[in-house]
Amino acid sequence: MTKTYPALVALALAFCATTASAEKIKFDYWYGLSGDLGAVLAQTCDRFNASQDKYEAVCTGYDGYELVVQSAIAAFRAGKAPALLQSFDAGTADLMMSGQFYAVTQMMKDFKIDINWDDYFPGIADYYSSSKGEMFSMPFNSSTAVMYYNTDDLASVNMPVPATWEEFGNTLKALKAKNPSKCAYGYEPSVWVDLEQYSAINNVALATNNNGYDGLDTKLVYNTTSAVKHMEDIKGWLDAGLAEMKVSAGGMNSQEAFSQNICSFFFGSIANHSSLNLKHADNLHWDVGMIPTEKAGERHNSVVGGASLWVLAGKSEDEYRGVAEYLKFISTPDSIKFWVSNTGYIPVTKSAFDQLTKDGFYAAAPYKGRETAIASLTATEPGPLNRGFRLGSMIQLRAEWLSDVQAALAGQMTVQAAYDQSVERGNAMLEKFAKTYAGKTLP
Amino acid sequence: MRRAYFKNNWVAGLMVAPQLIIVFTFFYFPTSQALYWAFTLEQPWGGGNTWVGFDNFRTILEDPYYWSSIWVSVVYAVGSTVLAVGMALTLAIFADRQLAGYKLYKVGMIWPYAIAAPAVGLAFRFIFTPGAGIMMFVNQLFPHLWNPVDDGNQAMAMVIVAGAWKQVAYNFIFFLAGLQSIPRSLIEAGAMDGARVLRRMRDIQLPLLAPTFFFVLVINITDSFTDSFGIVDTMTAGGPSRATNLMVYKIFNDGFQGLDYSGAAAQSIILMLLVIALTFVQFRYIERKVHYT
Repeated sequence: MTKTYPALVALALAFCATTASAEKIKFDYWYGLSGDLGAVLAQTCDRFNASQDKYEAVCTGYDGYELVVQSAIAAFRAGKAPALLQSFDAGTADLMMSGQFYAVTQMMKDFKIDINWDDYFPGIADYYSSSKGEMFSMPFNSSTAVMYYNTDDLASVNMPVPATWEEFGNTLKALKAKNPSKCAYGYEPSVWVDLEQYSAINNVALATNNNGYDGLDTKLVYNTTSAVKHMEDIKGWLDAGLAEMKVSAGGMNSQEAFSQNICSFFFGSIANHSSLNLKHADNLHWDVGMIPTEKAGERHNSVVGGASLWVLAGKSEDEYRGVAEYLKFISTPDSIKFWVSNTGYIPVTKSAFDQLTKDGFYAAAPYKGRETAIASLTATEPGPLNRGFRLGSMIQLRAEWLSDVQAALAGQMTVQAAYDQSVERGNAMLEKFAKTYAGKTLP
Repeated sequence: MRRAYFKNNWVAGLMVAPQLIIVFTFFYFPTSQALYWAFTLEQPWGGGNTWVGFDNFRTILEDPYYWSSIWVSVVYAVGSTVLAVGMALTLAIFADRQLAGYKLYKVGMIWPYAIAAPAVGLAFRFIFTPGAGIMMFVNQLFPHLWNPVDDGNQAMAMVIVAGAWKQVAYNFIFFLAGLQSIPRSLIEAGAMDGARVLRRMRDIQLPLLAPTFFFVLVINITDSFTDSFGIVDTMTAGGPSRATNLMVYKIFNDGFQGLDYSGAAAQSIILMLLVIALTFVQFRYIERKVHYT
């Protein structure tokens, strides 16, 4: 023990010396991406720090968005919050209501950094904007849901890529008739794909008040739209053996089932594109398509997923200047290209996308197919029903949906009853959320 | 019995102060905070709260799924405790008999307790996967027998086994220590009087083990109510359709993930009262039957 002590002191001194000599202005940045994606995010910090002699981003990764938001809240209450926080869609409503942030548009204006806000894809910008159109947080890792399909299997039954859910059902039947032992569709209940994206793409309401954008007294209405029929279709496919449950609790999720050439279809985020590329069975040939629509030719834009960067309130001007520099840095075409080529995310600005397309980025593997996500996001100009969802208690709303859908799929209740129940329970949560912020209005 | 005591209360106070400060900082202070939140609607990012009286408790107790969550927690507590205590006792009795190789076995039995709950959950998820390994074989013999993805009871059984497996090691240590503190002469005397192994176990070892048994029981019950969420989180995430939504997992879900601080605080208070009540009942009614030597 006594021998290690001087060594420790020396180490501590050395540490102090290095931190003192740097003398850069530091700001904290907490993010929720983990694994490979988290590693790439850490690299963007290193790239920024290498390009800077004035500011330094101190980046800390957490295991998941829920955890990073929760930790940031705890730190914020203790006055030790990071300056920059990566937060996900479900955390948006609470952050907006709290007002404890520095709107990025305002910040860039205050520091006279010129950013062309019109360059952002409207589907992305609208998700992170107030009801008046002011962008509150910086779009960063953006994705949307797409349909992954096995090209060989589709060719074996001479079917085109299904464009409507009806065609999708027929394709499943054909696939099953051709090869009864193969799983045609590995299904995993996902509120994001089965309800949120479905409602946006088919332009049906998920909740009143234009999906919650116009006020806190919002009620869910998805039990009255064609979303019910869509869920009944899925249950029908499962019951008929055309689709099979592939979830982690059963040992294999739907992405693994697709990548190992066990199931022919998989619905998920475009962010999975890179991991599918890196890891899939040798005999699997696959491509990406847009999620089918309910009626032929009536497609609206899908909604953006992923997360955005929030600047939190209560920091010094120096720190904010550093954050502004960082945000400027990640908006450069070079940084965007680094980010999208090393992850499966999509570029958030039109000019970056155009540039990448011109450079032939999307023309060949391994990036070919990702442009489908942009096509899906920009299928139409986002209207009131496809801007996104501004709902409080979103995590719990999603959990209620899942619990009731699981009950319906196990045959304990009908799909309609499950949707009615989760809407009723969700409305009670929305009411409680509105009461928590009594007297305040959504910005 | 003679007791040693301090004549000067100030010195005594000073001695226990560090411990008291720790207890106050890490137990009473958070508890009082939770108690306050339970009666208000708390905004997660600060910025104020509104007093709502018993509204949070009313909402929770009127929710039929909250009652099912209590029921599920009780099933888990009883199931995992019976399994963990029973298995540990059996194993400890064998280890105590000093059969061949018992030393290796003793060390091996203690290891599982060092494994974090989520890791246990992950390991058992692989073991109980219907599509591979042992359970796939079972499913081939009896098609559609095992499917914890859809079947809530099977999911619960799976979680209980994983939870009990982790707890067995802990109980084992205490039971073995308890058994080894029983004087050998008593057992040898019994043997000389012609009592066989089972008889000696029933009439000598088990009665003398009663204090240990009681301690282990209290710890297991408490632990199964408060420390089970790591396993649930990795194995079932509370599903399918709320079948394994234990009270403590629901608190984690609502509070830490859903940012419903007030609802989660109210649930914590209810859980705390329940655990206190259970412990009280155990001390009041079961401890009476325990004789300390």
